[in-house]
Amino acid sequence: MASSRIEVLNQGGYRSDGRKQHELRSIAIDLAPQGVADGAATITHGLTTVLVSVFGPREAKLRSQTLHDRATISVEVGVAAFSTGERRKRSKGDKRLLELASTIKATFEPVIQTALYPRSQIDIYLHVLEQDGSLLQTCINGTTLALINAGIPLLDFVCAVSGGVHVASPLLDLNQLEENDVPHLTLALMPKTKKITLVTMETRLHVERFEEIFRLAARAAEVIHQEMRAAIRIKANTLVASMGSTRATVDGTDRDGNHMDED
Amino acid sequence: MRPPSPSIPEKEFIQISLQQSLRIDGRQMLEQREPSITFGPELGWVECGLGKTKVIAQIEAKIVKPTPERPYEGIITIHSELSPMASTEYDTGRPTEEEVTITRMLDKVIRRSDTIDKESLCILAKRRVWHLRLTLHFLSDDGNMLDCGCLAGIIALKHFRRPEVEVIGDDVTIHPPTERAPVPLAMHHTPLCLTFAFFPPSPTSDTTSALVLLDPSYLEQRLSTGLMSVALNAQRELCVVHKLGGVPMEIGEVMGVLDIAVKRAKELNRLVEDKLEEDWNTRKRIVEVR
Repeated sequence: MASSRIEVLNQGGYRSDGRKQHELRSIAIDLAPQGVADGAATITHGLTTVLVSVFGPREAKLRSQTLHDRATISVEVGVAAFSTGERRKRSKGDKRLLELASTIKATFEPVIQTALYPRSQIDIYLHVLEQDGSLLQTCINGTTLALINAGIPLLDFVCAVSGGVHVASPLLDLNQLEENDVPHLTLALMPKTKKITLVTMETRLHVERFEEIFRLAARAAEVIHQEMRAAIRIKANTLVASMGSTRATVDGTDRDGNHMDED
Repeated sequence: MRPPSPSIPEKEFIQISLQQSLRIDGRQMLEQREPSITFGPELGWVECGLGKTKVIAQIEAKIVKPTPERPYEGIITIHSELSPMASTEYDTGRPTEEEVTITRMLDKVIRRSDTIDKESLCILAKRRVWHLRLTLHFLSDDGNMLDCGCLAGIIALKHFRRPEVEVIGDDVTIHPPTERAPVPLAMHHTPLCLTFAFFPPSPTSDTTSALVLLDPSYLEQRLSTGLMSVALNAQRELCVVHKLGGVPMEIGEVMGVLDIAVKRAKELNRLVEDKLEEDWNTRKRIVEVR
């Protein structure tokens, strides 16, 4: 890979794709229904796109998998062969994909109010359509949106963001080139309590540098939360409007309202 | 067959005692079980134990042709499988979620954190490199197999010596240990893995922060509401931080856990160095040291 020849951060303080250090990539959220899924979301962070569909809560297919006091969650991740520059097919048993799936499952298990649906199952299917770094971040944000869209009760949003450190300067929302080059971490935050549900880091980094990027990423996650919430509000308002109720008012402008009645 | 999960009385007993900062094996909350390290007759054979958790790590080296993508680098592979020997919970065949986590973490800690200088394993570019094979046998599971496995793997790598190789032109001569002293592997650093388990605080206390304990035992691991694994070296460099879901924590709490890990890693590193030196002193008579 020729990535080492690319300047991660140039002298003017710009990154290889023209962003500033703390700038996030553009976020696009599509909450349109997908086929027969109960909830779906397509989320794009820059050039990384993930399509998430949620089925359920429904009766568990396997009797052995039912839990008498709560719902079980199953997560499957598929990666399209065309999603990366190098076309290659990943098998279902790929350890990396299994790990990604179990990460997402472990992240959402305490967030979804599974106790409300005993003996049932919630299936989450993720399809990675484009990959350009920060895959875990995109997957988690997409899953949050799809779950909300499916009307599954959550304790809170889960907002993820990736961050890295180049020499001594922290970067946010890394693309593939940066991810290959700099130490990076992914963090998921629950914005209401500002608590961290997930942190992963796989490269060597000093504790002090870690703390710096860790705190910065937590703030960035809140920015992503604003975007996600705005998208959910627009969707909810369209639904309300299409119900034709005269009482319901479409107040899409109220972004800062404290009551979040749609999730 | 899946063994029954811990019973409700067991669960309640552990939770209530942890809320009073008591652990069933009498340890402090942030006390690790003292690692037992036994070296075998061969170099690179280590048995490592944390309480009743036991792992054997073994290194083999052979000379192979490098992959075309990385012609100047040696190859390291890690083989680990949880067999029913460790616990009745594990079955041969399809890997369980826990096994995937353990193998992936081992891979990240030992292979991807650049512990071994791979270029130093090259003998003749594009033609001959060393292939190191680390095999981990999980003998028994009493919780926290990940830390035990990582420790065993790292110690085995530090303990291992490969035969000296001489290259003259295109000729490669491998000197047997009887002729020339075998050489240690070039290692950049020594990552050590520490796992923390979290339990919900007692409902009567006014803090909302979770109870943190180091090195969970079998039951503690099963009953915890979340685990966090940190791999770091004595130079305060984090190699892997891994907290997947579980209880949400505040930023300060996470940093607090990391601080504990930093302190413990230093102690553990000293212990490892001491043990290695102790073993090496007994071997000096057999293996010549340069």
